[in-house]
Amino acid sequence: MNQLIISAATAEAANPLVPNVWEMGVVLAGFAVLFFIVVKFVVPMFEKTFAERAEAIEGGIAKAEKAQAEASAALEEYKQQLTDARAEANRIREEARAEGALILAELKEKAAAESARITAQAHVQIESERQAAVVSLRSEVGTLATTLAGRIVGESLSDDERAARVVDRFLADLENQNAGVAK
Amino acid sequence: MHLPAILPWGAADGFSKQMLLVILSVVIIATFFLLAARKQQLVPGKLQFAGEMAYGFVRNSIAKDIIGGKDFMKYVPLLFSLFFFILVNNIYGAIPVIQLPSFSHVGGAYVLAVIVYITWIAIGVKKNGLRYFKLATVPSGVPVYILPIVIPIEIISNFLVRPVTHSLRLFATMLAGHLIVMIAGSGIEYLVMQENVLLKGTSVLVLAGAIAMYMLEALIMALQAYVFTLLTAIYIEGALHADSH
Repeated sequence: MNQLIISAATAEAANPLVPNVWEMGVVLAGFAVLFFIVVKFVVPMFEKTFAERAEAIEGGIAKAEKAQAEASAALEEYKQQLTDARAEANRIREEARAEGALILAELKEKAAAESARITAQAHVQIESERQAAVVSLRSEVGTLATTLAGRIVGESLSDDERAARVVDRFLADLENQNAGVAK
Repeated sequence: MHLPAILPWGAADGFSKQMLLVILSVVIIATFFLLAARKQQLVPGKLQFAGEMAYGFVRNSIAKDIIGGKDFMKYVPLLFSLFFFILVNNIYGAIPVIQLPSFSHVGGAYVLAVIVYITWIAIGVKKNGLRYFKLATVPSGVPVYILPIVIPIEIISNFLVRPVTHSLRLFATMLAGHLIVMIAGSGIEYLVMQENVLLKGTSVLVLAGAIAMYMLEALIMALQAYVFTLLTAIYIEGALHADSH
């Protein structure tokens, strides 16, 4: 055993820069195998993931941009709708106001017509009542006047027919007189 | 210390511990990254995240930053394989019981440096034709009378010294680290065996120093993997854009 270690030590002591050919072969073969695995599997697998990840991130950004565009489009639409609704409301209000004014005018007209009608009716009524009053007054005034005249002349003027004739003639004269004055 | 071979047992030449570790490293790296990349999800789990971090480090911090442009992806597999192959084989040196960086033997470093050497020369020739050798050795903007000095220097530094320094840098740092840890270990062992109590006590100081060196070595192990890969990327970039240098 000692012999072996000494021989190994002397072999090593010879020159550390002189390589062991078998070791070189093993390193070459080992490195070749590793290089093959790296080229064939490791690098493509990692690169694929990197590419996928980059794509996922960029895809996400694109998606977010699209969503934002959609949202702003929707906002624009809502604003448009709001403006439309306001215009509509204004229009309806204007219409209502115009209609109200129309109704008011109509009502005023109607009221005026009604009041005119009532006034006319009142006039007619007053006229007819006055007529009635005149008629009744005439008969009463006649009676009273004959009674008064009878009393005053002391003579009975109770012969109604004659008296009424006298009164009528008197009133007719009076009216004719009045009519003549009025003419 | 040279560990005896595993097969045949104890022989100076044969299937050594280094060889086993190199094969093991391939299995470890391949298993880890295939597992990490197996279930690819847009939102990664822990393992996938770790794999992506590691892959992204080589892809973006080394390949993309140094080589740049559209065609850095072509060289990512090589850089990725180099970085993790060297990293795992170096980190062996920091793992208790194993404690042996594979590149403390020079052979593996030579192999990797030669692979890189052939690669960047091939890239340069493919890109620029045989004019590449003129571009790589005759710097533009240098006065004509200096060229006889500059051209030999460029030839030596680019085509002769470069692969040597590339491989020896890795090998030497790993061997030195390995030796320091080993020397500290045997030093502690030696001091602990002493009769004198005070002398025995000094082993604590050596132990403290050894731990500090161990930390430093662990850093250097990772750093050398990065440096080797970074230099590879720089050489490839130089070959790709030889006409603008």
